[in-house]
Amino acid sequence: MSVLVFIECADGKVKKSSLEAAFYGNQVATQLGTSAVGVAIGEVAADELKNLGQYGITKVLHDTEARLKDYVSQAYVKVVAAAAEKESASVIVLSNTNIGTGIGARLAARLQASYATNVVALPEISGETLKVKKTVFSGKAFADEVLTAATKIIALKKNAIEVAPTGSAEAGVEPFTTPLTDADFSGTPQETIRATGDVLLTEADIVVSGGRGLRGPENWHLIEDLAKALGAATACSKPVADVEWRPHHEHVGQTGITISPNLYIAVGISGAIQHLAGVNSSKVIVVINKDPEAPFFKAADYGIVGDVFEVVPKLIEAAKALEK
Amino acid sequence: MKILVCISNVPDTTTKISFSSDNKELNTAGVQFVINPYDEYALTRAIELKESLGGSVTVLNVGLADTEANIRKALAIGADDAIRVNVKPTDSFLVAQQIAAIAKQEAYDLVLMGKESVDYNGFQVHGMVAELLGWPAIVPAIKLDVAGTTATLEREIEGGKEIVQVALPVVVSCQQPMSEPRIPNMRGIMTARTKPLKVVEPVSSEAKTKTEAYALPEKKSGVKLIDPANAGELISLLRNEAKVI
Ligand SMILES: Cc1cc2nc3c(=O)[nH]c(=O)nc-3n(C[C@H](O)[C@H](O)[C@H](O)COP(=O)(O)OP(=O)(O)OC[C@H]3O[C@@H](n4cnc5c(N)ncnc54)[C@H](O)[C@@H]3O)c2cc1C
Repeated sequence: MSVLVFIECADGKVKKSSLEAAFYGNQVATQLGTSAVGVAIGEVAADELKNLGQYGITKVLHDTEARLKDYVSQAYVKVVAAAAEKESASVIVLSNTNIGTGIGARLAARLQASYATNVVALPEISGETLKVKKTVFSGKAFADEVLTAATKIIALKKNAIEVAPTGSAEAGVEPFTTPLTDADFSGTPQETIRATGDVLLTEADIVVSGGRGLRGPENWHLIEDLAKALGAATACSKPVADVEWRPHHEHVGQTGITISPNLYIAVGISGAIQHLAGVNSSKVIVVINKDPEAPFFKAADYGIVGDVFEVVPKLIEAAKALEK
Repeated sequence: MKILVCISNVPDTTTKISFSSDNKELNTAGVQFVINPYDEYALTRAIELKESLGGSVTVLNVGLADTEANIRKALAIGADDAIRVNVKPTDSFLVAQQIAAIAKQEAYDLVLMGKESVDYNGFQVHGMVAELLGWPAIVPAIKLDVAGTTATLEREIEGGKEIVQVALPVVVSCQQPMSEPRIPNMRGIMTARTKPLKVVEPVSSEAKTKTEAYALPEKKSGVKLIDPANAGELISLLRNEAKVI
């Protein structure tokens, strides 16, 4: 029995969300009296994998087959399933990302496992069952889910737990190969188009987001400059993406993406319930809006009732003055 | 081309969520149920594909009779026929097993659905269905075109997108901006009444998770307002008080 953690990598690095998954996996392993093992796929620096030891991972199985360079669900699921079998994993932890949840769902069907997404806390263990807390109704509520199957899969939401690396141990890295067929690679991407140079929205600890109150794309430098000064990612409300002031992958909310950064700064956004649904798991919410009746102030921790064109330049100046 | 579109029945997006006194059930009094918004992208894209390539669109819902109003709405928007699997959808695996069983009976080229439902936010059913059928799944997709037996898709990845080609059949989960959801017109509503809605009993299946209780988040203690004239003060509060920068 062990806890297996799927380690998601991009650009040769372990993603920050996977460090959280590793740390969480180790906590679960401690609860169960076992150890946490990682499985990593594709190109990633060996030091990055060894570094997972600081997050409690004892060993990482690393499959480097060339065709696995890009994510393809069927192939990746086979690798993770083979690793789970090799390590007799009773719990598998993934990050609640597009790739993590894509793997989780297939894996659950394949292993006849219990599977919970959007998990925000460590499990309560009683006998053969685990109980986890997850967000439901687009972040408007929580549910306690009881996982009863022999194998349990948990997709951990970003920023849900405090991570404290120990700064000592190194994880052992072991080569790992899985037999794969051509059919497993159906759906291999022809082309990948990435926004470059930005902080990735889904991985960001701080997000600066703009709404219709910005009036037009020509004013977006206010959002970008503030984000830059804070090391933040940028986001937007739905109407802003609909009129193509901003790309669709920046649109947060009920029909866009869901994020849970430590700090969400909403600039010129009214805070309609569908927008809130995508951001209400943020730890601290700041709202800047000239309308004191804007619904967003009800969800906010800090607020400024004022004109974005006056307020944001002051914030940029103050943020730039911070010693990093 | 034969397309199966899976729709779920969810509380309207503006619903204020509350629970029964034992916190075991959603309070449905006064709640309007709608077609899951992500599923509408799947439905309208399916209808567009049928309009340009020919074929049929079948909508499928796993749920009890109270979902039929929204199934009729999907028919009014342009689906040809509908299937309801008569079982309470208690977890994703149970739903996926029902969908896979239906998909196996007929040679569908595409199984489309939304990327997640806005009630339980599972993000699970598409992957499970694909695995049970042994098909590829493209999750979540923002663009879908079909030519011959090949689908060309754009899949959203964190911070970008990928262009993917895949041989049919395939499971696709949809999200904005795949299509522009349509509102049913009068003619659609009239013809929907006569379109076939078949009710079938579930295949034997097993739920793997159980929701034990719900809870609402703790209320925020209230917003701390900062004078716009001293807006810069916010930055020091975020550093020294909230400790988030
Ligand atoms: C099914 C459904 C799904 C939806 N999904 C989403 C979703 O995923 N994400 C989403 O964001 N929305 C979503 N919406 C839309 C949502 O209901 C709102 O319409 C939208 O969030 C409003 O965007 P906004 O706040 O940018 O614009 P507005 O509502 O126009 O608000 C602009 C705000 O800016 C303020 N403002 C204007 N000028 C200034 C200024 N100079 N200085 C300071 N403040 C200023 C105004 O006071 C106002 O509060 C959805 C709607 C539906 C029906």
